[in-house]
Amino acid sequence: MGKPTRISNSIRSLRFAADEMTQAELADRVHVTRQTIIAIEQGRYSPSLEMAFQIACVFAVPLDEVFHYEEEKS
Amino acid sequence: MSFEEKSTWVSMVVSVLVLSAYSMFVLGQLQSVPAAQIAYQRPMLIAVGAIIVMTIVGTILMSIGTAVSAEISAKISGGGSVAEIDRKDERDDDINRRGELVGYYVSSAGALGVLALAMLRYDQFWIANALYLTFMVGGLASATAKLIVYRRGF
Repeated sequence: MGKPTRISNSIRSLRFAADEMTQAELADRVHVTRQTIIAIEQGRYSPSLEMAFQIACVFAVPLDEVFHYEEEKS
Repeated sequence: MSFEEKSTWVSMVVSVLVLSAYSMFVLGQLQSVPAAQIAYQRPMLIAVGAIIVMTIVGTILMSIGTAVSAEISAKISGGGSVAEIDRKDERDDDINRRGELVGYYVSSAGALGVLALAMLRYDQFWIANALYLTFMVGGLASATAKLIVYRRGF
C-alpha cells in the first residue's frame, strides 16, 4: 500500500511575480475556467500532466518550479 | 461558479420539482384508488417531457443571466468578458465522469429492485413507478455527487 502523497504548487507566487497576473488571465492562457485555476491553487484539484505543462509554459519555468510532489513521512 | 456547475444545479432543481409534482399527483391517489386503477401513464410521460423542456429553458435562462452579469461586472471592473462564461475544461469532464459513475451505481441498485418487483409479479403500476423513481434518484445522486466534488474538490 503506497504512502499518501501531496502535490503542492507555487502558482499564486508565480502569478504575482509575473506582473500580478490575475487568475482570469492565467485561465485564458491555459484555456480553462477561472474556477479550475482557483481549485488548483487551493490544492482541491490536481491537473493533468498536459495542463501542468501548459501552466509552466505560461510562466516560462520548469514544471518542478510550479508543482511540488512531496511524499508524506510517517 | 462555472457554467457546468450552474447547469448541474438547473438539472437538479428541475428534477426535484418535477419528481415532487409527479409524486403528489400520482402517489396521492393511492389513498383513494387501488394502484392497478391509477392512470399513471400520461402523468409520467408529461413528467419526462417536462424535465427535458424545463432543463432546456432553465439552461437558456441561466446562460442569459450569466452573460448579463458577466457583462455588467466586466464594465464595472474593466476586465473579463462574456466569451469564457460557457468554457468547459478537463476538471468539468473529470467531475462529470465521477458524478455519472455515482448515478450509475444508484440506478443499478434501483434496477435490481425493479427486477425483484417484476419477478414477484407486482402490478405494472409499481414496476413502472419504481423504474421511473430509479432513473430520477440516479440522476439526483449523480448531480449531488458532482456538486459536492465541485465544492470540496478531489
